Amino acid sequence: MIQLAELANPAAYQHPLDISFCTKEFLLYQLESMLIIRKSEDIISENFGTGVIKCPCHLGIGQEAIAVGISTQLRKTDRVFGAHRSHAHYLALNRNSFGLFAETLGKYAGSSHGMGGSMHIIDRKNGFWGSVPIVGATVPIATGAALAAKMDGNGDIAVSYFGDGATEEGGVQESFNLAASMKLPVLFICENNLFASHLHIDLRQPTDATIRYAEAHRIKCELVDGNDVIEVSKATERAVEYIRSGFGPYYIEMVTYRWKGHVGNRDDIDVGVQRKDNLLKWKQRDPIRRLTEAMIQQHLLSSEELEILNDKIQSKLNDDWNKALDAEYPKSEALLSLVYA
Amino acid sequence: MKISYAQGILDAHRYLLANYSEVFVIGQGLWSPWYVGATMTNLDIDFGKDRIIDTPVSELATTGAAVGAAIGGYRPIIVHPRMDFMVLAIDQIVTQAAKWRHMFGGESSAPITVRAIINRGGEQGAQHSQALHSWFAHIPGLRVVMPATAKDARDLLIASVLSNDPVMYIDDRWLYEQEQEVEPIIELNLADEGPKILREGNDFTLVGASYTTKLCLDAAIILSEIGISVEVVDLRVLNPLNYEKIIASVQKTGNLCVVDGSWRNCGLAGEVIAGVMECISLSDLKSAPARITLPDAPAPTSKVLEAVYYTKVEDIVSKVQSILNQ
Ligand SMILES: Cc1ncc(C[n+]2csc(CCOP(=O)(O)OP(=O)(O)O)c2C)c(N)n1
Repeated sequence: MIQLAELANPAAYQHPLDISFCTKEFLLYQLESMLIIRKSEDIISENFGTGVIKCPCHLGIGQEAIAVGISTQLRKTDRVFGAHRSHAHYLALNRNSFGLFAETLGKYAGSSHGMGGSMHIIDRKNGFWGSVPIVGATVPIATGAALAAKMDGNGDIAVSYFGDGATEEGGVQESFNLAASMKLPVLFICENNLFASHLHIDLRQPTDATIRYAEAHRIKCELVDGNDVIEVSKATERAVEYIRSGFGPYYIEMVTYRWKGHVGNRDDIDVGVQRKDNLLKWKQRDPIRRLTEAMIQQHLLSSEELEILNDKIQSKLNDDWNKALDAEYPKSEALLSLVYA
Repeated sequence: MKISYAQGILDAHRYLLANYSEVFVIGQGLWSPWYVGATMTNLDIDFGKDRIIDTPVSELATTGAAVGAAIGGYRPIIVHPRMDFMVLAIDQIVTQAAKWRHMFGGESSAPITVRAIINRGGEQGAQHSQALHSWFAHIPGLRVVMPATAKDARDLLIASVLSNDPVMYIDDRWLYEQEQEVEPIIELNLADEGPKILREGNDFTLVGASYTTKLCLDAAIILSEIGISVEVVDLRVLNPLNYEKIIASVQKTGNLCVVDGSWRNCGLAGEVIAGVMECISLSDLKSAPARITLPDAPAPTSKVLEAVYYTKVEDIVSKVQSILNQ
């Protein structure tokens, strides 16, 4: 029976990334994206903690490499679907922190015009077709978006992000079978962070590798270190080429860990011995540190340049946050005017 | 002894688990410190993880498993920490459990208790706010219970689990801190339970269920200060619904407003009004029956829209005043 084995060992995979054959431009782009996501979520975390943000926020700090690596391989006409923990999925496609901040504050300028909050974000023009917090709900929908793409016949694909917990829902399993039997152009991305809310995967499934579901459905699949942005983008490149060529769905299991608790800004170290013991080690497996160390070692980045980059991003995000605070709330008419077309 | 609504639910669990070996609890979050509020604290420690079963994210399979166990003689409580998640399990509740006795000619039955929690507000939005009791009260064979008080939270949960029918027991997190003086537990027969008058009055009948009963009681206090005497009927059991007390109350006051915490169209409020109207003569009425519900829209997130969306005590007060001033 297939297992995550070393990939789930927090003490492993801490080394700087192998960045040979990558251009400096490509590496910098990915670094910037990850920093934007990390710092945006830090701002959200802090303001959730102080009560300025009220809506439930599921933070993906520590998981940034996955969305970033994948998004570099997509085009704007692809259709990407997320779930409850989707800030990174959205930001990796559009870097629009203002749209995210405003949405978490319930403002009209937000991605869903203040009607959705953190758990329902969207950006159609950049390929983000929506995220919702009903676990597993977007997996069949992404499968249907793939069906439409196949009917369109122009090589666009759907991307379905979901967690290890979502694979426990029946509709998700049905979607795997449907996509496989109809050869639909959909990329299934399981972000296996080992937890579904408070429960470790060992308490929920007979093995920790969800990739077995892909094998059972004869879906081509790979198991990847989700904290290695280079491996993520390479695997995605292979998958996207396969899917665009019309061979059907592809499944990548990205092994990672979330640093924050299930929801909000707490650490949730009170939910099981494993989490308490492992969190610190997983922080050592930081996808951002592993990339920056590799770049510094290879003289593609200096510490000074990194500091400048950090400052530049931080000050842009601070501006975005302040702008979002000043933005208008939706008008009360929206409550009824949006119900029907 | 004074207990809170949440404590009532916890006490009911403890009573059932201690006295009935066939009772077990299954659902998501049961080993979590935060999932189901203070309603299940330490049950897994005191009664063991074999009887307090936390599960994978599989609403359909876990509800079906409860149905199967119930058919086999157990008395499972299947917990859905949020009613919205339970929607994934509807086949097992509506098309399986609720039909089981009737379609097998009484040869078998599935006496599960489905505990559905209404959890909303706090900018949670469209998919984490639904109160779908009217849907389920539409289903013959499924008893639907909605406690409004701490005593009922406790006693009706016990009655639900001991009932020989499938029951949906719906609790509302907005009520968890409500306190009430209670007597020691006595077991009730759910089939005998129904709407109750929680406050007597002569001028106006307000009908509520669960959280809206609390709103009605609060409104009644405010209205009494300006000389309006309001009778408050708490529905308690939505299916099957016994109209007797409501009818008698309306015959006394001549005025009726039903307050429901969900949507209007094809909803509980309209059903209660229809059930009353069928049984009274028009001359009993001093005003057209009224209802207060949520607007027919999904829950918004933004706090400015939430403030408009959810019914407040003042909405009930002004509705009653405007009807009486007509
Ligand atoms: C249908 C449904 N059931 C339960 C929940 C509650 N819930 C929200 S997120 C979550 C855990 C999901 O775990 P996973 O899919 O692994 O994603 P992660 O949170 O790890 O990113 C649960 C159980 C829900 N939102 N929807």
